[in-house]
Amino acid sequence: MTGTFSPPEWLQAVIALVVLAGAVVTFIGTVGLVRLATFYQRIHAPTLGTSMGTALILLASSLHSSLVLGRPVVHEVLILIMVLVTTPVTLVLLARAALYRDVAEGNPDVPALPRSTEDAPKP
Amino acid sequence: MNLVRFPLLWLALLAMWLLLNGSVAPAQLLLGVIVATLACWAVTPVAPPTSRIRHLAIVATLAGLLVRDVVRSNIDVLRLILSGRPARSAFVNIPLELTDENGLAVLACIVTATPGSAWIRHDSKRNVVTIHVLDTADKLAWADDFKRTYERRLVEILQ
Repeated sequence: MTGTFSPPEWLQAVIALVVLAGAVVTFIGTVGLVRLATFYQRIHAPTLGTSMGTALILLASSLHSSLVLGRPVVHEVLILIMVLVTTPVTLVLLARAALYRDVAEGNPDVPALPRSTEDAPKP
Repeated sequence: MNLVRFPLLWLALLAMWLLLNGSVAPAQLLLGVIVATLACWAVTPVAPPTSRIRHLAIVATLAGLLVRDVVRSNIDVLRLILSGRPARSAFVNIPLELTDENGLAVLACIVTATPGSAWIRHDSKRNVVTIHVLDTADKLAWADDFKRTYERRLVEILQ
């Protein structure tokens, strides 16, 4: 770092704790990916990493950079926006593919596709 | 011409450029304007649906509620995973009054950003969305809360 200012130790500790909290939340999300029972339950778990995990790590990054450089550094918010906007795309793709397959296989645990939906599989 | 069609996109792109460069120097402003204008021009053939945003106060309320719910649902899902108890999951079909395409996209982002709820499918003909809820005791109450908290406000903002 080419910093002109070194934050006090207690503040560095706080920032480190925020990074650690973000990492722990993301890790528990991945544990959930393994531990939860069905596909549809599992897709929820990694969302911990893409919401609060990302937010906490970015918050720490923003705080630290702002303190070291002595001016507000907020471009981390772009990462959060990009993650928020792009995750639904992959999630919906995955979920729809799974649902399509489950319906085609006659899995009773998933709701049937509505009749008006054009891509409903032919019986 | 493109500016009039996509003023928000243009502003967002300019803001992104300035944030990425960390500067509002005249040279960066000029470059940002050029990039934003070119991008707006490039997006014209795709013809994304445009929406009018009203009631900025409700936008702020919505953002606040979203932050609150993201934190809450994060904690709920964390506790569920750590407790190891079986999740009471359910598919919830919710008929929507919201028809604005950008509004639906925002709603999908909200549902996805909140752990514990996942946007599974949207039937555009009947305007019914299927959401998978990870853990809920009462799915009708969940649907009701979802409609009152988010959909009603998006309808007020966009329609």
